[in-house]
Amino acid sequence: MSDQMRDLYREVILDHNRAPRNFGELDDATRVVEAVNPLCGDQLTLFVKTDGDRVTDIRFSGTGCAISVASSSLMTEKVKGCDCADALALFEAVHDMLTGVTDPDPDKLEKLVALAGVREYPSRVKCASLAWHALKTALSSDRGSVSTE
Amino acid sequence: MNAQPSTASDTRVTGERRDFAALRADFPILKQAVHGKPLVYLDNAASAQRPQAVIDAMVHHEQHDHANVHRGVHTLSQRSTDAYEGAREKVRGFVNAASSAEIIFTRGTTEAINLVAASLGGARLEVGDEILLTWMEHHSNIVPWQLIAERTGARVVPVPITTDGALDMDAFKERLSARTRIVAVGHVSNALGTINPVAEIIELAHAQDAVVLIDGAQAAPHLRVDVQALDCDFYAFSGHKMFAPSGIGVLYGKAELLNGMPPYQGGGEMILTVDFDKSTYNTLPYKFEAGTPNIVGAIGLGAAIDYLNTVDFGALARHEAELLGEATQELLRLPGSRIIGTAPHKASVLSFVLDPIHAHDLGTIVDQEGVAIRTGHHCAMPVMKFFGVPATARASFALYNNREDVDRLIAGLKSALELFS
Repeated sequence: MSDQMRDLYREVILDHNRAPRNFGELDDATRVVEAVNPLCGDQLTLFVKTDGDRVTDIRFSGTGCAISVASSSLMTEKVKGCDCADALALFEAVHDMLTGVTDPDPDKLEKLVALAGVREYPSRVKCASLAWHALKTALSSDRGSVSTE
Repeated sequence: MNAQPSTASDTRVTGERRDFAALRADFPILKQAVHGKPLVYLDNAASAQRPQAVIDAMVHHEQHDHANVHRGVHTLSQRSTDAYEGAREKVRGFVNAASSAEIIFTRGTTEAINLVAASLGGARLEVGDEILLTWMEHHSNIVPWQLIAERTGARVVPVPITTDGALDMDAFKERLSARTRIVAVGHVSNALGTINPVAEIIELAHAQDAVVLIDGAQAAPHLRVDVQALDCDFYAFSGHKMFAPSGIGVLYGKAELLNGMPPYQGGGEMILTVDFDKSTYNTLPYKFEAGTPNIVGAIGLGAAIDYLNTVDFGALARHEAELLGEATQELLRLPGSRIIGTAPHKASVLSFVLDPIHAHDLGTIVDQEGVAIRTGHHCAMPVMKFFGVPATARASFALYNNREDVDRLIAGLKSALELFS
């Protein structure tokens, strides 16, 4: 197994794919966003519950590749309990990291830097960013669906 | 491996494998490394590679003969026209059409199907008419029919498949009726590899006076097609799946049907006279070739046909069946493997899942090992839905693949299992 593959599929990615956190539906969600990646068939439903300016609960369901599932899982873990504005700032920071605009910043992004491996694989950036686009939609607009195409 | 030069008797003894090993050398793109490993190209059902002869024919045209076709009296225009029409004649011979007027150059299979759906469907379909398709069709043999059904009030009726991925012929017979005006069926399924009994389908459909279009995109590089023996009304295929460039394809249609159909697109070439009161249309095949065509693409397709004409299709079928058999056997030894599409009659397409690894992850991991496979829904979402999987990985074999390619694929899959263990 090459080092590049180990860098893409870091242990934290494999772990969150094997046992995704916050997986399932949320009956009292205040926003539900459907996201699809038509290229590979990844489908994600993001359930977000906000109370004022806070994300009080967040869960996701659907099917996807390891990168997509791990990214969704890591995201829910990170933004649960966050202020909405902080969660949106996090979207920007992760997006910039995934697209190579900024270098991974472990102090700020902690475990999320594990997603940086996709930068070497342009076709996989969408897998990592799907959940984040869904989060942005949930927190910033009235639209209820996301497509990465 | 014997390093001695082979003799005639060697060739006879070692048989067909050696012949196909020699063909591999004709494809320059295969002589490269990807991620530091020799390329193993197993995405042929998406697009096959071009032999040097095809590349040379296209370069020759661009360097010596290019001009617009059917337009000028100058020398280059004549050469270009001769080469373009020569390619049409080669296509005619390749599918054994009665006349080259029945060979229409298109951008590909997709445009060929859209042409028939819009032109024939638009003129013939009425409210309550039915278009019979199958669950295993590529999106390009579904959506054009949905578009024309919406416009005309006709209905698209899909025929189910069996759990092994074969067409359910009993269900086909049940759904075929006097309301069926058009039957559109893939010759070979791109997602499953299933070879459909098209001769039987055509005969049954004709008994109901339905017109039959065969999507031959996946069949052309593997099977000898004889449109007269099949008696199909339309046969569509693409250059790039059969070792020619992309952007060129073919619609074969029976002349009597094509003559009765309105033009698909308007423009230059497809007219005889143009006036603001009324324009008159050109004869076949030009009536359906509006605008300057993909001249060099057609020439490349002609060269690919010349190349395929040197291949014994019987031996090719045995070669590909052997690779498919070996790959199938090896794959089934891997834990978590499941083959999607196990019909008795299959082309060399191996669609599979390897639990718990998503197809997309498999694609990336084996690519790192130099192995190119396709992952996703293969433009056949109904097939994915039928088998209850979001996506599959697909290895598809062509004449230049060999046993080592199979071994490299399996080794790549093993490294994926190791990583995800």
